Amino acid sequence: MKNFAAVLSFLAVFFAATATSRAKEVVIVTSFPKELFETYKKAFEAKNPGIKVTINSKPTPAGVTYIRETRAKPEADIFWVSSPDAFQTLKTDGLLDKYQPPREITAKIPAKIGTFPIHDPDGTFFGFAVSGYGLMWNRNYLQAHRLQPPKEWTDLANAKYHGHLVISAPSRSGTTHITIEVILQAYGWDKGWALLLEAGGNMGAVTERSFGVPEAVISGQYGIGIVIDFFGLSAIASGHPVDFAYPSLTSIVPANVAIIKSAPNLENARAFVNYLLSEPGQMVLFSPEIGRLPVIPDLYAKGPKNYPNPFTMKLGGVEFNNRLSSGRRDVVNSLYDHIITFRHRELKDAWGAIYRAEEAITKGKGQDLSQARSLVAEARKLAAQVPINDKRASDKEVTGAFKAKSGLRAQLETEWERFATAHYAKARELANKASSLAR
Amino acid sequence: MPKSEAALTIRLPARIDWWQGAIMMSLIAILVAFILYPVLRVLWVSLSDEKGDLTLIHFVNFFRRPLFREAFVNTLLSGLLVVFFGSLMAVPLAYCSARYEFRGKILLQTLATLPLVIPPFVGAVALQLILGRSGMVNLLLMRYFDVSFPFMEGLSGVVLVQTLHYFPFIMLNTAVSLANIDPSLEEMAQNMGCHGWRLFRRITLPLMLPGFMAGSLLTFIRVIDDLGTPLMLNYKILLAPQAYLRITTVGIDDVDGYAICVVLVVFSLLSLYAARKYLSLADYATAHRGVVVLKPIRGIRRAFVLGFIGIVLGLSLLPHIGIFLLSFSKIWSFSVLPTSYTLDNYTEILFRAPHFVKNTLLYTLLAAGLDVLMGAAIAFLLLRSRLPGRNFLDAIATLPLAIPGVVLAVGYLRVFHGWDFPGAGGPLTSHWMILVIAYTMRRLPYTVRACYAALQQVHLSLEESAQNLGANRMKTFLKITLPLITGGVVAGGLIAFVTSCVELSATIMLVPKVEMGPISYGIYVYMQSALGRGAGAALGVVAILLVSAGTYLTHRVFGGRAGSAFRI
Repeated sequence: MKNFAAVLSFLAVFFAATATSRAKEVVIVTSFPKELFETYKKAFEAKNPGIKVTINSKPTPAGVTYIRETRAKPEADIFWVSSPDAFQTLKTDGLLDKYQPPREITAKIPAKIGTFPIHDPDGTFFGFAVSGYGLMWNRNYLQAHRLQPPKEWTDLANAKYHGHLVISAPSRSGTTHITIEVILQAYGWDKGWALLLEAGGNMGAVTERSFGVPEAVISGQYGIGIVIDFFGLSAIASGHPVDFAYPSLTSIVPANVAIIKSAPNLENARAFVNYLLSEPGQMVLFSPEIGRLPVIPDLYAKGPKNYPNPFTMKLGGVEFNNRLSSGRRDVVNSLYDHIITFRHRELKDAWGAIYRAEEAITKGKGQDLSQARSLVAEARKLAAQVPINDKRASDKEVTGAFKAKSGLRAQLETEWERFATAHYAKARELANKASSLAR
Repeated sequence: MPKSEAALTIRLPARIDWWQGAIMMSLIAILVAFILYPVLRVLWVSLSDEKGDLTLIHFVNFFRRPLFREAFVNTLLSGLLVVFFGSLMAVPLAYCSARYEFRGKILLQTLATLPLVIPPFVGAVALQLILGRSGMVNLLLMRYFDVSFPFMEGLSGVVLVQTLHYFPFIMLNTAVSLANIDPSLEEMAQNMGCHGWRLFRRITLPLMLPGFMAGSLLTFIRVIDDLGTPLMLNYKILLAPQAYLRITTVGIDDVDGYAICVVLVVFSLLSLYAARKYLSLADYATAHRGVVVLKPIRGIRRAFVLGFIGIVLGLSLLPHIGIFLLSFSKIWSFSVLPTSYTLDNYTEILFRAPHFVKNTLLYTLLAAGLDVLMGAAIAFLLLRSRLPGRNFLDAIATLPLAIPGVVLAVGYLRVFHGWDFPGAGGPLTSHWMILVIAYTMRRLPYTVRACYAALQQVHLSLEESAQNLGANRMKTFLKITLPLITGGVVAGGLIAFVTSCVELSATIMLVPKVEMGPISYGIYVYMQSALGRGAGAALGVVAILLVSAGTYLTHRVFGGRAGSAFRI
């Protein structure tokens, strides 16, 4: 019993000793890397003496879960991550606070970048930096495998990259989801998915963390990764033998900041948002270890040389439809997971077989080349087909099924998975048959 | 409750021990509040329908889906394969450590626990640098032989990494069982002309089987719950990653994720139950034993034994080597070794951000201390009291072995957020004590087992004689029992400390702010950027050093029996 009493009194003393009165602070939930939040913490605290910045670093999904689970009595003031989806989700749940920053700050920031609004039109979240999606590659790796860096999304479907690419699952990374949507909106649903499936077949791996992709490219596990620009820019700044480029068809989207509903330190939270959007706050983004693009176009004149300027860049001009994207987000992500992420081995094998068959045909010794050709064409079609059309994917019944406990969702996922497994197996079989005919 | 009291007096001839009762009630209250209730709050999702009524439909659906069936089969398969290959490594090592005396043995015992405690994320990155597609080994193979092996791909990669990671569980448990075998049994067999393989198969094997089975089942549980390895290898068709991916994806309240958790928990509990049945049989079997004499070995045989140990440990310490190199590297990209080195990573973590190391020490030592107190109290009640409800206490205290960290963490957020905890000056979830509590609860089973094992060997008659001589129960406990079980208790505490040092799954959900984060969290934060890789690895090295120190101490305190703390 003494033991137990000791534990209790010990606990009581500990709590009493460590419980402090609330200091003047601002609590920020963020998924950004340490270099970014540490730099901003220092800069903001220097500008606002007496306000302490408290950082709570979590991966975006854990951050969203945290804010939802703590909604009864929020402890955090600011949510600060890349993915616009996460903000959209929190906004829909009514967990973000409305705010109108002072006019002298907002006046310098254009309303849109390309076709994408920089701030939420309803004033619940604000773009503080913009990011483009692109391709990052390891020079040593490409040299060793005698490969040229890809230039466009469509290059990713090229047979020579089979097994050399890496991407993170869109369901795990808001940034990848946007990239996927850019491709789907640029090429259309069926062609877009065909490209995603071909590129998916070329992936060496589909990672679970966004940072898994730059990590794999930096260390040279895989040659080419699909990443958001600052992963590439900051990796270049760190001295690793990597390069980054935007494909001509890209979409630039903002990384955001929002004030959480019933934030305990509302005034400080507003001060932080103001600072982030102000000129001095925006200049911080140019630091080499951060490598992000400010939202004030005039600032690029003061930035480092050769820094990409998204406001003058010739963008492929994808008419990015944000409402369409966030409306069908759960469907697209789950679809990607069930036909690519979870069936990656089968998909990769199918495309491997197709490429082998095509090689055999070009060498062309076999008697029955035309039949082999038609078999491969059939296999290609099978391995690039998506089990649901775009109308259905945006259908209220379907999108709704992914929000609630619903049997429809399990049914759809099972359907997709069966569809994928059957198609990839059949495609592989046809391709192998073509190979033997061509030989 | 007059009725139940009457029932009690009939069963227990002595009067009811109110002190013990009070301790028991408080312990049960604590465990229910911090383990059972939060876990049930989370798992309830999968047991209820839209209206909130009890339903099993989600489990029916689970077995209807091909993906989940495949994940289920893969999970079982990986568990069995790891146990199989792990045994091939572990049993010879256990035999060497339990039967032979040779220089360098403490090294074996210390190093053998290290694979268990490699910090997540950093272990992943490091092992990729060594065994990955363009890792050290494959780059060398490609350069000289123009071949490469996909060590780290698919289910076989997962099994390889897990085998290297978990075989110590089998080894430690088997070693304890071997050390417990009455040598006279083997001597008798030898006198009757039984030697070599036959002796091993007919006598030694059956006698060491209980420990081996316990270790294997524990390994099995750890493997099927393991999340870090499949995620780092990007292999997702297993139950644990499926549950994790579903629970932590933005914007979806996924029932299936929780249903998978329940399946995992049930699975683990069944294995635990089987393991304990087996172990309890074992304790009768070896109730009385002689003194084991360790055979010294020299010359060729020693070289052979050391060679085998070297190969196995060399393999299983590969990630550690990778972390070490990475922590000093500035640039390491597609090359056998880093191309430029730096000490900056250590300056960063020791001087610019020293709080990660400090917090880890504070949290894990506190948690280990609490675990020891609670573990000792629970073990005492289990062995020395006859209170009803002991089995319930035992069951909840063992439960954390089978509960994924994410589930416990979400449970804590659900239960403790939003109301001021008395004395904490705010909700418990914004206080760093929440981490201490999470570690304490997650590692409690280890100290309970360690204390239980230690207390089991203290004969009751020693305590009775002290009481006959006039000592009260408190005095008896402090003067007789406690000194006798100190070794086991401290060892249990050290194991709680060592394993808490690298806990990540609950930590990442619960850390209220960066300054309150421990090492494992620091590694996660650093590993988010290209510049932070080295610093993350340096933190990993610090964690490994802490853990090695802890393990070394455990062996000094506990001797060859350290394994019994890793028992179930």
